[in-house]
Parts: sequence; structure tokens; C-alpha cells
Amino acid sequence: MANTPEIEELINKRLDELLPQKLDALLQERAESKTPSMAIIATKGTLDWGYPPFILASTAAALGWDVTVFFTFYGLQLVKKDISDLKISPLGNPGMPMKMPFGPDWFRSINWNIPNIVQANIPGFESLATSLMEQTIKNNGVAPLAELRELSQEAGVKFVVCQMTVELFGFDHNDFVDGMDYVGAASFLPVAQEADVTLFI
Amino acid sequence: MNFDKELDARGLNCPLPILRAKKSLGEMTSGQVLRILATDPGSVKDFVAFSKQTGNELLSSAENNKEFEFYIKRK
Repeated sequence: MANTPEIEELINKRLDELLPQKLDALLQERAESKTPSMAIIATKGTLDWGYPPFILASTAAALGWDVTVFFTFYGLQLVKKDISDLKISPLGNPGMPMKMPFGPDWFRSINWNIPNIVQANIPGFESLATSLMEQTIKNNGVAPLAELRELSQEAGVKFVVCQMTVELFGFDHNDFVDGMDYVGAASFLPVAQEADVTLFI
Repeated sequence: MNFDKELDARGLNCPLPILRAKKSLGEMTSGQVLRILATDPGSVKDFVAFSKQTGNELLSSAENNKEFEFYIKRK
């Protein structure tokens, strides 16, 4: 039996009312059941810039997210077996305060404004700045970088490494920590596509 | 308030209090309560967000002389 035009119209009207509600409920249900995910590209290889990827990765894992970090270019330094030699450079970095991590409070609060030309000409200036920064990190109860990396791996953060830059910089897989995949951009992009949060650091 | 386990995160900075709390909760059973002590002022909002994201209920959050005390119930 064919529906009369009146019935067709009624059905359509009812559908228009019900569908958006139903869809909203389904979408919300799906959003709630999905595990959040994050994909980070880590491209920097200094002590200071090593922190953001590992802080975010370990914290996201603690929140129950799926996390992948893709290490490329200078970011390869962050996955070397020994990262105790990572340095920080105040040279050409006007955003970095130079403060002493010891002595009385008035001394600690001084911001040493050292011109680039001086920084560049004092041998070992970078090493000095690095050891001062390491002391500051310790004084502030901030975790050593190696510990954050270990916590990230323990928490199931997936580390993937750009094979092209490994070869470009003359590294060997033995230089790096275990448990990583060596891949190319084509492997990382689909991971990033599925991720809720994608960061380039 | 009664609790089953205590985590002293005093002197630790972001993100260690959260990471240690997550680890401690992982060693507990459902319904047990974790007491956390911290000095990181950022942890006040961080534990609210942590609780919301992970479903482990934040029973209370208090400040006492620059020290923070949290009670979290394991999901």
C-alpha cells in the first residue's frame, strides 16, 4: 500500500525533528568512548627544548591518552642513549634569563645581561650556562630530562624516529634507546591524522 | 579523612606530582583513597583536570601554609 502524500510529509517532518537529536547522542557517545590521542614532532636538541615533548608526552599518557612522538633533525639528540651531555645555549637567545642558582636571594635575583659578543668569545660559556641551568632545574624540583623520558616510555608513549635524519647526521641505531621504530614521513602522517592533538616542537 | 595510601610530592614540580599520582593510583584497587601532599601551586588546577580526564574522583583539595593536600578516590 502506497503512502499518501500527507503521510509522506508527516514522516519527513518527524524525521527532521528526530534525526539531529539522535545524531548528537550518537556522536557524543562516540566521543566519550574514544581514547584521546596526541602526536608530537620533536625537532630540537637542546636541554631546554627537550622538556616540552617529554613533559607533554608523559602527562598525556598519565591522563590515559595514546601518545606518539616523532623525533627528527636535532630532536634525535633527545633519544640518544646518553642525554647527560645535552647543552643549553644562551647565545642569541634574549628570552633566557641568566640568573645564578646559588647565593643569597638578592644575588639570585640579578639578571646577568651578558652581550652576545662576550658569550661567543669566552671559551666554555655554553658549558657554564648548562651547568648553571642543571643546578636551577635541581633547585626547582624539576625532573631530570632522562627521568621524564624514562617515565614516558614506561607509560607506553610510542617513540618513532626519522630514518632519513639518522642517516643524514651519520648516526647508528645503536646510538639510540631501545624500543623505537625507524620510519619516514609517510608512516607518521596517518598517525597525526588520527590524533586529536598534534604538536610541532 | 581516611586514606589507604599517601604520596609525598612536596618539592616536586610539574609534571612529577601528576605522574607520581598516576603511578600510585595504578598500584591501588578500585574505591581506595590516595592522599597527596604537594607544594607546586600549579598542581591545584592540574589535579582537577587529571581527575576529570581519568575518572578518579577528587574528593577534596585544600591549602595549608603553602602546602597542598589532595584526596583522590581510585576509579
